[in-house]
Amino acid sequence: MRKSLFPIIVFAAGIIFIIRLFYLQIYSSRNYDIYEDNAIRKVFTYPKRGYIYDRNNVLLVSNQPSYDVMIIPREVNEIDTLEFCSLLKISKEYLIDKYIKTSKYSTRIPSVFLAHLSKEDYGYLSEKIRKYKGFYIQKRNLREYNTSIGANVLGYIAEVNRKNILNDNYYLKGDIIGKQGVEMSYEKYLRGIKGTEFIQKDRFNRDIGKYKDGALDIPSISGKDLTITIDSKLQEYGETLMKNKKGAIVAIEPNSGEILSLVSSPSYNPNLLVGRERSKNYLELYKDSIYRPLIDKGLLSMFPPGSPFKILVGLTALQEEIITEKSTIYCKGYYIYGKEKRKMNCHCGGGYRNIYNAISLSCNSYFADIYRKTIDSQYNTKERFDNWSNHIKSFGLGNYLNNDLSVGKKGVIPDSEYYDRWYPDFKWGGTTTISNSIGQGEILTTPIQLANMTAAIANGGYYYTPHIIKKIDGDTIDVRFKNPIKTSIDSTHFKTMGKALYKVFKSGTGKLLNVPGIEICGKSGTTENFVKINGVKTQLSDHSIFIAYAPKENPTIAVSVLIENAGYGSLWAGRTASLMIEKYINHEISLKKMEKTVLNKSLKREYLKPYLGKPFNINE
Amino acid sequence: MYSNRKNIFKIDWTLVLVYIFLVGFGLANILSSSISGENISLFDFSTLYGKQFIFILASLLVIIVTLTIEVKFYERFSSIFYLVCIFFVLGLFIFGNKVNGALSWYSFNNLTIQPSEFMKAGTALAVAKFISDIQTNMKKLSDQLKLLLIIMLPIMLIILQNDTGTSIVFFSLFFVLYREGISQIYLLIVFIILSISILTIKISISTAILLSVIIILLNYLYKNKKSRSIINSSMIFLFCIIISFLTDYTYKNILKTHQRNYISVWLDLEKDPIKIKEMKRTILYNLNESEKAISSGRLTGKGYLEGTRTIGNFVPEQHSDYIFSTVGEEWGFLGSSFIIVLYIILILRIVALSELQKNHFSRIYGYSIASIIFFHFMINIGMVLGLMPTIGIPLPFLSYGGSSLIAFTLLLFIFIRLDGNRINEW
Repeated sequence: MRKSLFPIIVFAAGIIFIIRLFYLQIYSSRNYDIYEDNAIRKVFTYPKRGYIYDRNNVLLVSNQPSYDVMIIPREVNEIDTLEFCSLLKISKEYLIDKYIKTSKYSTRIPSVFLAHLSKEDYGYLSEKIRKYKGFYIQKRNLREYNTSIGANVLGYIAEVNRKNILNDNYYLKGDIIGKQGVEMSYEKYLRGIKGTEFIQKDRFNRDIGKYKDGALDIPSISGKDLTITIDSKLQEYGETLMKNKKGAIVAIEPNSGEILSLVSSPSYNPNLLVGRERSKNYLELYKDSIYRPLIDKGLLSMFPPGSPFKILVGLTALQEEIITEKSTIYCKGYYIYGKEKRKMNCHCGGGYRNIYNAISLSCNSYFADIYRKTIDSQYNTKERFDNWSNHIKSFGLGNYLNNDLSVGKKGVIPDSEYYDRWYPDFKWGGTTTISNSIGQGEILTTPIQLANMTAAIANGGYYYTPHIIKKIDGDTIDVRFKNPIKTSIDSTHFKTMGKALYKVFKSGTGKLLNVPGIEICGKSGTTENFVKINGVKTQLSDHSIFIAYAPKENPTIAVSVLIENAGYGSLWAGRTASLMIEKYINHEISLKKMEKTVLNKSLKREYLKPYLGKPFNINE
Repeated sequence: MYSNRKNIFKIDWTLVLVYIFLVGFGLANILSSSISGENISLFDFSTLYGKQFIFILASLLVIIVTLTIEVKFYERFSSIFYLVCIFFVLGLFIFGNKVNGALSWYSFNNLTIQPSEFMKAGTALAVAKFISDIQTNMKKLSDQLKLLLIIMLPIMLIILQNDTGTSIVFFSLFFVLYREGISQIYLLIVFIILSISILTIKISISTAILLSVIIILLNYLYKNKKSRSIINSSMIFLFCIIISFLTDYTYKNILKTHQRNYISVWLDLEKDPIKIKEMKRTILYNLNESEKAISSGRLTGKGYLEGTRTIGNFVPEQHSDYIFSTVGEEWGFLGSSFIIVLYIILILRIVALSELQKNHFSRIYGYSIASIIFFHFMINIGMVLGLMPTIGIPLPFLSYGGSSLIAFTLLLFIFIRLDGNRINEW
């Protein structure tokens, strides 16, 4: 016993230690993960964000380095505040305030002291900042816009919000994400894939070098460069034409669905949302409730299309054999319908109307009549209405276009169910919904839907899903943009309609809009619109609308123009459409006088009317 | 008669090899725990590992001297060596330097010496000398008291110098006394004192006393009628009560706050979550970080010089008292278990060799150093693994420190020298 007690105790101690080691190292640390190891800082390295080029390889968006002055409060020594403040061009109050704020957050972790130095300041400061312990300059990448146009198309980038982080675990607090336009819809290509560096920390949370000399580091993958379908010259021209007017221009290349320009007016200089003044500028843009420059009106403005919709009413009637190209009716200058003998005015001047001059003169009576004939039946009005509705929808109206733009609206193309809900106990029909025949009533469309419809007409019965992407560097674009989508109307009827639309320019509402050397087909529209002012539905001046495509044979551009509250369609929207077409096809403008008129037209007074709190006249 | 030169090769190579391995491995781990990214040069003597390298060279000198000195020298001069050590420890009161509150260092320029480390060897020699003396009778109370004085004198001095950790190591020598034949009753008394103290602190005085009453009663009933003695039992009972109250008083009034905290952490007394949180940042910090570092090593470790927590200096004092956490992190379960096995081999080998000694002095000395090394091993690794209260003493041969390394080298190689002479004894 005396001999063996000590060895037994020694042995027991050894066993206990090994059991304890087993518990610590094997049992309780089954799930070691380098990402959980708080001795290793995981630093993400951000790749270069992809550049954006226009269809002619003009660089629109690139990156620029931005320099922030960083502060580590506990390392700050006594400094010459006067010199320091004048160096950074800040006030002493700013210095003290910022020091206290950052210290409260953390005295060890670097915080931004002064964001977005200019390049000149950086060059000057980078030498001098070393003198000030606890301050250093950190480089970041910002977007650089080499253009002042297309803000709505390009979009902008901003820090992710909580929702972004919840939706996609790629993002962490402080990461950057595209918030609008191409930046948003092609975020996954543009952003690239961030890399990870493992940095060894010490117990004071200071970095002391790369872990394993960076052997485990994951390199970042650069974002892909994009070429978009926008023609920046055309876009710029469109934005210039739309100065001092609210509205949108959408131009599409019919035989590819590529969006040539997507003008939303008023727009803003994309450079406003970069750099130190970003928040201030954003707030200003956001607060502008009259012009709402952050809203892409080409994609989001819903309005009744007005007369251009007559094209589809006509095509449907042709397709359903309600009329032929020879069918004629007589217009008395108005149209009487229903038991109450309600009257719809017509501005065509009256006379015998066939499909050609009904279109070219925009005769309301003709389309009201053929619409009723298309819809109404003793037996199956609902069925016929749904059939009609489906024909219209086959042009991409009444639904999202399934495109690659960051936002969109469905618009409204009613079907029988829609009216059943409105009139549950009433046998509704053509007369009830007669406004649809002239593109008013319940019909709502967006400018891009109208442009797409125009492209479908130009193509003679099919369209390509409108899209903004032309090329992704090292990747292919979605096949859905390569496949044509057919409308439900036979191609022969488009020949008829094409002639009618050409006649608009020859002898109809567009005869003052001709461009020398270019055969244009188009249709004007004027549409009533209402807003609520203090809860009262109030009518505003009519929207001016125009759709057109050119050249007549093998069209290369289809365009829709909306100018809010500009009145008669042929006047402002029509001129703008013609100028856009000439600009795109001829690259230069011969209609100098027309151009000047459009450029000088300002609707600012018109837009202020509803906000002045006084009764006002419309369509002056 | 064999020549002295031949005797040198009669040394126990197992001990020597384990020693060499532990010291070399220690140096490697000190290097790992004290660098952060700079170039490594063993000859850069401003670094901890550079210094440790010098200490190893000095130890080599100590080994050579120790092995060449005539065996009889140790036995004859043990008392003098003990007294010299006592003298140097006493000298600390006048010339000593305070480091971390403990007055245990002499310093000359850059060189610091901790005499209490050498005191261990001195006391081991003195204990061996006294017990092996023919005139000593371990059953005699006067001799027992003399022995107690030899051991308690350095303990008292070192406690007065506020180096409680080091002083505790000397208690290991009671293993030797037990081995050499003091009455079993002492062992029982130590056991009773320890149990009652822990019970008192952990639960309460009343529980401790109640439990002792039950045990004494059971003991009384089981004994045959002849040896039953009420007076005896009452004495034991009184003794228990005194111990319990004394412990309570010491714990509450004499111990310093940090010592009390160490014990309260060890016995898991603190229940207030706010205080536990506070402790985690202060006294528990080392322990926590050490456990985390060891845990993160897992089965095979992160690899030499790859321990993230070691590189980041998460464990304070990692090169000295907490060196085993580096082993745990970088060499994993396999490496650290291997080191534990090595220590067990070292200690048991010394014990086994001691039992073979024909000379009493050699046997007792061997037993003494086995106990001292074991205590260090048990307290240090127990602390690093969170099984023992925090007591800052080095891990023999592995921890950084000149005094510690040289003193342990001396301690071990005196025994190796004594053991090498086994055959010549007759």
